[in-house]
Amino acid sequence: MNRYPLWKYAILLVALLIGSLYTLPNLFGEAPAVQVSSAKVTVKIDSALQARIEAALKDAGVQPDYVQFDGSSIKARFGDTDTQLKAKDAISKALNTDPAEPTYIVALNLLSRSPQWLSALHANPMYLGLDLRGGVHFLMQVDMKAALTKKAEALTGDVRSLLREKNLRHAGITRDANSVLVAFRDAEQRTAAVALLRSQLPDVVWTPQDGEGGLQLAGNLSPQAQTAVQEAAIKQNITTLHNRVNELGVSEPTIQQQGLDRVVVQLPGVQDTAKAKDIIGRTATLELRMVDDSAEALEALKGNGPVPFGTERFIDRGFGPIIVKRQVILTGDNLNDAQPGFDENHNPAVHLTVDAKGARVMKETSRENIGKRMAILLFEKGKGEVVTAPKINSELGNRFQISGAMTTQEASDTALLLRAGSLAAPMEIIEERTIGPSLGKENIEKGIASVTWGFAAVAAFMCVYYLLFGVFSSLALGFNLLLLVAALSLMQATLSLPGIAAIALVLGMAIDSNVLINERVREELRGGASPQQAIHLGYERAWATILDSNVTTLIAGVALLVFGSGPIKGFAVVHCLGILTSMFSSVVFSRGLVNLWYGRQKKLKSVSIGQVWKPEADTNEVAKA
Amino acid sequence: MELFRIKRDLPLMKHALIFNAISFITFAAAVFFLVTRGLHFSIEFTGGTVIEVAYPQAADIEKTRLVVEKMGYGEVQVQNFGSSRDVMIRLPVRPGEKQTEVVGKVFGELCKADGGTVSEHQEVTAQGEQVSKQICKTAAGAEPLKLSRSEVVGPAVGDELAHDAAKALGVTVLGIMIYLAIRFEWKFAVAGIIANLHDVVIILGFFAFFQWEFSLAVLAAILAVLGYSVNESVVIFDRVREAFRKFRKMNTHEVIDHAITSTMSRTIITHGCTQLMVVSMLLFGGPTLHYFAVALTIGILFGIYSSVFVAAAIAMWLGVKREDLVKTAVNRDDPNDPNAGAVV
Repeated sequence: MNRYPLWKYAILLVALLIGSLYTLPNLFGEAPAVQVSSAKVTVKIDSALQARIEAALKDAGVQPDYVQFDGSSIKARFGDTDTQLKAKDAISKALNTDPAEPTYIVALNLLSRSPQWLSALHANPMYLGLDLRGGVHFLMQVDMKAALTKKAEALTGDVRSLLREKNLRHAGITRDANSVLVAFRDAEQRTAAVALLRSQLPDVVWTPQDGEGGLQLAGNLSPQAQTAVQEAAIKQNITTLHNRVNELGVSEPTIQQQGLDRVVVQLPGVQDTAKAKDIIGRTATLELRMVDDSAEALEALKGNGPVPFGTERFIDRGFGPIIVKRQVILTGDNLNDAQPGFDENHNPAVHLTVDAKGARVMKETSRENIGKRMAILLFEKGKGEVVTAPKINSELGNRFQISGAMTTQEASDTALLLRAGSLAAPMEIIEERTIGPSLGKENIEKGIASVTWGFAAVAAFMCVYYLLFGVFSSLALGFNLLLLVAALSLMQATLSLPGIAAIALVLGMAIDSNVLINERVREELRGGASPQQAIHLGYERAWATILDSNVTTLIAGVALLVFGSGPIKGFAVVHCLGILTSMFSSVVFSRGLVNLWYGRQKKLKSVSIGQVWKPEADTNEVAKA
Repeated sequence: MELFRIKRDLPLMKHALIFNAISFITFAAAVFFLVTRGLHFSIEFTGGTVIEVAYPQAADIEKTRLVVEKMGYGEVQVQNFGSSRDVMIRLPVRPGEKQTEVVGKVFGELCKADGGTVSEHQEVTAQGEQVSKQICKTAAGAEPLKLSRSEVVGPAVGDELAHDAAKALGVTVLGIMIYLAIRFEWKFAVAGIIANLHDVVIILGFFAFFQWEFSLAVLAAILAVLGYSVNESVVIFDRVREAFRKFRKMNTHEVIDHAITSTMSRTIITHGCTQLMVVSMLLFGGPTLHYFAVALTIGILFGIYSSVFVAAAIAMWLGVKREDLVKTAVNRDDPNDPNAGAVV
C-alpha cells in the first residue's frame, strides 16, 4: 500500500530537476559588464549598434562573454574588471565622437555570471531588492487633476471650432474645473448644439442647464473617458521617465505603475539622490518655430555668410543643418497630444492636437505662411535639435498632421519624441529611500545567516527526534526551499529582506506538516497498527489537518498580498508561495521518500521514527471505545 | 526519544475559569497600555524622515543631536541603531518644508560639524559596478561619516498604509472565521478568532509597553502569526470532532481535555521548530529584522497558550455539543468515512 505509481515518482523527479535548474542561476554571483544606453531621446538603440559595439571590441582586442541587446540598452559581459574597463574605453571612443556631448551613455555595471544556456531557458537569478543591493527608490504621485484639467482645456477648443463650423451661435465657452460650459441665447440653438456635440464628441456627457447664467450646456468627460485620460497620462509619464533615467546608465531600473496614480522608480546602484532627482524632474521642452528659407539663410547654410539676424542654426535630425527663426510660435505646453496614424491617402502621419491658445496661434501663423516650412525643436539639457520640419500646406486648426515621406516606424518615433518632452501631468515625490551598498551587502549576509542557522537547527532537531523520518522531513524541507527559490526566480520576483524573513518563517512553519504526519504515524503505531499501515494511516489522517492549517495561514498571506504594498508585498508573495510549495514537498515528496525506503518491504517489523511510548491507560481506553 | 509521556488526559477544562481570568487580565493590561502609551509607529505610518549615518568610530550621539536640533526641524530623535557606530536620526513631517530636501541638508550639516564638505563622488566597486553618491570628505581626505540609509515618507502615504493595514487585518479575521464556520461550526469560529485576536492585542500591548517601533514588518509578522496560530485551534478542534465521534461516553469537558492532551506534543514541537527559525532571525537577522522576530516570538508563545487554554475554553462556554459536530458529518454507509469503523 505504500508504493507510488511510477508517474508520481516521475513528477517528483521532474519537480526536482526544474527546481534545481531554476535555482541554479542564483548561485553564480555577478560579473562585471558594460552597458550602453541612449543619452538623448532622439537617439535610438538598435541591433545595428550592437554590431558596432562588437566591432569596436574586436578592434580593441577585448573578448566579451557576450553582447546582448535587450530592447532599451546593450549589455556586454566580461570576465574581470580589467577587461571591463578596457572595453568601456574602447566602446565610448567608438560611439561618442564628441566627448563633450556624448550620444550614448557607457556605464559600468554588473550582470549575472550564470552561463548563457541557462538564460536561454529563461532561468535567471532573482532580482535583489534595493535593501539588499543599495540604491534609491522614489514613489511619485501623478497629479491626475491636472491631467483632467488639461483635457478639459483641449475640449473647450474643440467645442468652439465645432460650433463655428456648423454656424451655431453661442454666448461664450468657459472651463469650470473639469467641465466645459457653453452659454446660449436661445433654446433652439442649444438643442441643435446638443445633437451636434453628442455625435461629434461621444466621450463627453452633455447636460443642458438652466441656471443663473441663462441657458447653458455643461459637458463633462464620461467616467470611461476620464479613466482613459488618466491611464494615458500615467503611461506617458512612465515613458518620459524611462527616457530620462536611461541617462543614469543604471543596469536594471524599475519604473512601474503602482495603484491608479503612482509611479515607483527604483535605481539600483545609484546613491546620489540629488542627481537622480534632478534628472527625473527635468523637463525637455518642445518649441515650434518657422524655418528661414531665404536666399541669405541658404548662403549661410553653405558656409558663405553669417546666419541672418534673428535666426539660429540647428541640426535637423537626419537632414543636416537648418536655419530657424528665433521667434517661438508655440511651446510644448500648448501641445496636448501627438499620436502616430495615417493621413487621408493612407500614408503614415503624426497627428497633433494643440490647446485653444495653440489653435488660435497656429491658425494665424499657418494662414500667413502657406508653403513655408515650420520646424519642431526639442530642447534637452539646454541644447536644441530639430525633430522634423514639415511644409505647411493649408490653414491649420487645433488638430493637424505631419505627413509625407516617412514609414510607420518613423511616424511612431516622431510622435514619441514629440510627447517625450513633456509629462502629461506633473509629478511629486512622496516617498524616497536610499540604501547604501554596504548596508545592502550586510542585509544579504544577515538574511542568509538567519535562514541557514534556522534550517540547520530545525533539521538537527528533526533528525534527533524522529530519526529516519526526521531525515526524510529535513530533506522535504530542503526540497521546499529549492522549489520556493526556483518559483521566485521563475517569476522574476524581487527579493528583499522581508522576503528572506518570509523564507525563514515559511520553512519554520512548513515543518509543521511533517511534525503532524510523524506524530500521527507514532500514534497509529501506539494504537497497535502494523508499521506499513501506520505509515499509510498517518499520512492519510494528517492530510486533512495539514490542509486546514495551511488554508488559514494562506488567508492571512493573501490579505497581506492584496492590501500590502512595497516591502510587505514582497513578504506576502514569498509567504503565499512558500505555503503552496510546502504542501507539495512535505506531503508528496516526504511520502515519496518514505515509500522508496519502506514501501517494498513486505514484512516490515519496525520503522525508524524514534521511540514510541505506549501508556497503559491510553491503550485501555481505546480498547474500551 | 519522546518528550511527552502523558498518561492520562490532563484535566485542563476544570481550570478553564482560571485560564480565562489570566487571559482576561493580560488582555486588559495590553489594552490599558495601548490606550495610555499608544504604539510607537515607524515613519512608514506617520510620515517623516529617517536618516542613518555610520561613523568610523563610536558615534557621539549628543553632538549629533545638537547639530540636528539646531536646524529646527521640531522634535528630533537621535539614537544608536544596531551598533555604537551607527546613528539613526528621525525627523517629523513639517508643513511648508520640502521634505525631499531634508536628507541632503541634514547630511551636509553633520558633515560640516565634522569638518568636511559634501561632494559628488563616482567610484567603481571591486566587482565592477559604477556607483555615484554624495560623500563627505575632510580636507585631509578622510571620510568622517557615511550616509548608509535614508527614508522619506509623505504624510498621505502613511495614512493610506494605516488604512490598508486595518483592511488587511479585517479581511484576515473575516476570512478565517468564515473558513472555520464552514469547516466546523460557528462556535468554533468565534472561539478561534477571539483566542487569536487576544494574541494580537497582547503583541500590540508589548509593543506599546516597551515603546518598540511598530513598523510594516511587525504588522506582517502579526498577520502571519495570526494565520499560523489559528492552525493550533484548528488542530485541536479537529481532534474534538474526532473524539466526539469516537468516544461516545465522554462529556464535552472530557472530549476537549482529550483533544488538547493528544495534540500537546505536536503543538509544542511545531511551535518549537518555528521558534528555532525565529530565534535564528533574532540572533543573526540584525537590527532590521529585530522587531519582526520579536513580534513573532511573542505571537508564537502566546499562540500556544491561547489555542490550548483559551480557544477550547471559549468553545466550551459557548456550549459546543456533540450534535453540533457529529450530526451532519456521520455517514454510516460511506466506507471512506473514518468514523465508519469506529462505531460500536
